[in-house]
Amino acid sequence: MIKVENLTKRYAGQSAIKDLNFEVGQGEIMGFLGPNGAGKTTTMRILAGFMPPTSGRATIAGFDVFSQSLQARARLGYMPENVPLYNDMRVNEYLVYRAALKSVPSRRVAERVGDVKELCGLKEVEKQLIGTLSKGYRQRVGLADALLHEPDLLILDEPTIGLDPNQIRQVRELIKNLGKQHTILLSTHILPEVEMTCGRVIIIHKGRIEACDTPDNLLGKIRQAGGVVVEAKTASDNGAEELKKIPGVRNVMTAVDGEWKIFSLRVESGLDVREQIFRLATDRHWAVRELTQRRATLEDVFVELTHPDLV
Amino acid sequence: MHKFYTLLVREVRSYFHSPIAYVVLIFFLLVAGVDFYFQVSFMNQRQVQYTVQEAFFNSVFFWFAFVLIFPLITMRLFAEEFKLGTIEPLMTAPVRDWQVVLGKFFGALVFYLVLWIPTLLYFAIFLRITHEPAAHSVGAYLGSYLMLLLLGMFYLSIGCLTSVLTKNQIIAAVISFCTITLLFFLGLVQYIRDRAHGDFLSGRDRYAAYCVLRQHDHRAADSHASGISISKMEALING
Repeated sequence: MIKVENLTKRYAGQSAIKDLNFEVGQGEIMGFLGPNGAGKTTTMRILAGFMPPTSGRATIAGFDVFSQSLQARARLGYMPENVPLYNDMRVNEYLVYRAALKSVPSRRVAERVGDVKELCGLKEVEKQLIGTLSKGYRQRVGLADALLHEPDLLILDEPTIGLDPNQIRQVRELIKNLGKQHTILLSTHILPEVEMTCGRVIIIHKGRIEACDTPDNLLGKIRQAGGVVVEAKTASDNGAEELKKIPGVRNVMTAVDGEWKIFSLRVESGLDVREQIFRLATDRHWAVRELTQRRATLEDVFVELTHPDLV
Repeated sequence: MHKFYTLLVREVRSYFHSPIAYVVLIFFLLVAGVDFYFQVSFMNQRQVQYTVQEAFFNSVFFWFAFVLIFPLITMRLFAEEFKLGTIEPLMTAPVRDWQVVLGKFFGALVFYLVLWIPTLLYFAIFLRITHEPAAHSVGAYLGSYLMLLLLGMFYLSIGCLTSVLTKNQIIAAVISFCTITLLFFLGLVQYIRDRAHGDFLSGRDRYAAYCVLRQHDHRAADSHASGISISKMEALING
């Protein structure tokens, strides 16, 4: 559905993105991750036909986003970051206007507008001025707009930014459902969301692709995947030093809770050191009240790839 | 064509959804109304060689108001879209650039024409009350309004251009105001130059005239002197 070849964009001598290459297949939900300023929005804007690349090529459903821009644009629904909308229009009026711009045949406009309002839960605000809507509703109007012309591809730039946890859940559900019929490229900072919704993930950093794989494979690949949390009463022993001696433990952080010490262990991937910790504790007569294997998350992958110092 | 029409309608609607439309309408109609009133009452007081229609479109403060409305009408066209970021959904919809540009231009033009419609009433009312037409012929009205249309299109297009250059409406307004004012009063440069040139000529003329006059004066003085002497002589003669 999306094919990107050697895509480069330079602003005033600075490269925002350099030689990006990736593909998104029909029906895939692709997560697009990266720190702020990594080039996510730039890439999405180029794909949406908002600005041309400096060099390289991108196609959507076989249409070049620059030379066959109209055909490409007709096949994608784009929701920009922060969802810019005309504040002086009413929700209904805006959706009808957008439907006309997106070549929805006039006899189908009412039906399509009704459908997207239903899907995005906009029925109760349809007569309201957009300027008076809450952030969550604005986000939904943006999504409804992107869906109006039944595009094959949805490009969503941070669709859940600024939403409260309930709204994030609703949007996440909505995206999951949309993924059944649409190809989706979605950027976000909320990593659990990506783990839950996306089939594949691209991590981009300083304009380059650092990783492109399924979340599970990414978790398997990183050096320090797992961790263990131990809460123990170690009496006079220096527990951290002892724990560090266990093979596979990379570093130990200690916190104190009264008599109890809470150790967070970073462990090399694929190792389970809980048994050794248990043995150590019984040898030293430590009282243990927690011993938990922490599963690595996409957050660990993200930090490792984009800011290794923080690991 | 359908998309152009959609964009045009949105543009016109958005004028009337914003307070700026009403501010411009009130300001403009106030100036035009006061102007019309003063022209008519001035003509009531004395005999003049021109018609009400000529006086209405020729007064200085009317023209100042005229150049002021274009920046106000056009400054928001693109600058506002850039500022709000709405240019992004707009340009990522499958629309062509010319459809957007012409939609905005003609949207502004429609508003501009709406501004002028009430002035037609002035002439109708004048005719009804005085039973005298305000102009020599229908052609004079047509000519005035055609001039307003063409000049309007020209200045609106300048305003559209300056609105694309920036996301700040104030900057767009200032640039277009300066450009339009400059173009509008460019004719004055010729006038001033002619005047300066004319003064120089007349100065030279005056010098020439002065020379001639002096000669004449000398002669006159001579004749005057002789005149005096003659009259003196006459007086003496007459005793």
